Amino acid sequence: MSLLIERLWQGLLDTLTMVGVSAAIALAAGIPLAVLLVTTGRGGIFEAPRLNAVVGTIVNLFRSIPFLILMVALIPFTRLIVGTTYGVWAAVVPLTIATTPFFARIAEVSLREVDHGLIEAAQAMGCRRWHIVWHVLLPEALPGIVGGFTITIVTMINSSAMAGAIGAGGLGDLAYRYGYQRFDTQVMVTVIVVLVALVSLIQLGGDRLAKRLNKRAS
Amino acid sequence: MRVANIALQQPAVRQPEPAAPAAEPKGRDIHLRFVGVGKTYQAANGPVRALRGIDLEVRRGEIFGIIGRSGAGKSSLLRTINRLERPTEGQVLIDGEDIGAYDEERLVLLRRRVGMIFQHFNLMSAKTVGQNVELPLRVAGVPRWERQRKVAELLRLVGLEGKRDAYPAQLSGGQKQRVGIARALVHDPEILLCDEATSALDPETTQSILALLREINRRLGLTIVLITHEMAVIREICDSVVVLERGEVVEQGPVWRVFGDPRHAVTRTLLSPLQQALPEELLLKLQAQRQRPDDRVVLELRYTGEREPDLAALIGGLGTEVTLLASSIERIQGRALGRLLVTVRGPARSQDNLLQRARAHVDRVEVLGYVAAD
Repeated sequence: MSLLIERLWQGLLDTLTMVGVSAAIALAAGIPLAVLLVTTGRGGIFEAPRLNAVVGTIVNLFRSIPFLILMVALIPFTRLIVGTTYGVWAAVVPLTIATTPFFARIAEVSLREVDHGLIEAAQAMGCRRWHIVWHVLLPEALPGIVGGFTITIVTMINSSAMAGAIGAGGLGDLAYRYGYQRFDTQVMVTVIVVLVALVSLIQLGGDRLAKRLNKRAS
Repeated sequence: MRVANIALQQPAVRQPEPAAPAAEPKGRDIHLRFVGVGKTYQAANGPVRALRGIDLEVRRGEIFGIIGRSGAGKSSLLRTINRLERPTEGQVLIDGEDIGAYDEERLVLLRRRVGMIFQHFNLMSAKTVGQNVELPLRVAGVPRWERQRKVAELLRLVGLEGKRDAYPAQLSGGQKQRVGIARALVHDPEILLCDEATSALDPETTQSILALLREINRRLGLTIVLITHEMAVIREICDSVVVLERGEVVEQGPVWRVFGDPRHAVTRTLLSPLQQALPEELLLKLQAQRQRPDDRVVLELRYTGEREPDLAALIGGLGTEVTLLASSIERIQGRALGRLLVTVRGPARSQDNLLQRARAHVDRVEVLGYVAAD
């Protein structure tokens, strides 16, 4: 029993590390990417249709590859970056690359929903273009971005289980090895319970935060 | 309490200015000038000319109204003043300087001299009232203590001292527009642009916002350019007005002149909700042409002069059987604008004489039609 708890704890820590690091990178890279996609689009404040088309295509490309395939395809790249293709850190690379475009698209939708009147008002008051991004677009879209980031983290937990199956460790690895290969139902059920609890907790936290940030209705 | 209330509300009602006929308001120097301004959009099905050949002058310190039906080009014209809209032809000059050639840096500086308020307020929902008003100062790099002082001063000016930490969603429409006004004035601009600023507000709130704009205009001496589709707004606060139709100026002048003597059909249409119309049963009987020699003539008499006509002499001049259908007199910019609808018995042969006699007493006489005598 104590062995199971120890393994479970290790698995949870691994999963949290993988997801935490990947999510942080996806957040840091996804928001600028989303801002780029919105502002370089037609009628945007940094209008550049060509750049927009190129970035949009790349984002779509990564989004259309299933995670399992992407993970395998990225193995040489992963080795180049982290020096190994095995373990928690090796999983961070494909996780980040798969979820950043996903998150960027979700954040893009929130940014696009910012009322054009606000951008016009900002221009009329003498905001420079990057002021508009910083003081108008991002704060106004923040509740939506937080909601989108919550979805992204949940998706990452999902994908990290898959990464676990090819040796990344974490809860997925635990469930796969003990639950699937050794028919240990107890481990399987425990992992499921932990995952459900984890996802619920993240979703709840994200929803609360988004609600608190949303000042549009009161 | 009741008395106090009435006394408080007094200023909102248009008062006859002591320095009556305000024909030449507040000096003659030209603040804004439009020279042959045109704007052509490239739409999917060919170019659309939103503005053409606009020549206008706005004097310093006046309230200048632009009115027109929706799609007439008001919004585009207003936005050429702070270059949210770039004209494709002509020039917009502020204090004689062409703003068409400004780069982004100079545009930013220009926009701090030109405040703007909007129909839908356009406040940042994620920022408090105070932060909204502060934003133009923040992006201009004004130090914090200075910003705080300025925000407090402006919230006091618009009557929202207690709302600094509220979010826009917690305010009424009128309060939101007051925040918009405070935000627009935070850089002490010399021009304020109002884009249908009262169109989303109820009549009572509209009055209070207009009163505030008038007070700001007098107290700070800034030039206000506003667009609206409501003639009542123009009557309430403007000094001069232009009527736009299909991107062109069809009528312009001092408000008293345009109201007292509208010349273009569009102006008349826009004015019609404010005027008493002919009674319906009469409209049904109204003929464009005389049918019988003893038909009665329906006349519209208008006067816009500084003196009001001698009614007895006017009626005497019109003959013996004059019936009054409707009449109104309003005072705009210190002038009495009168409008009378009458029917008179006027035989065909003496009609020209009749009109001649009427013209001796009023400025404009128009035959609206004929009705059979009963």
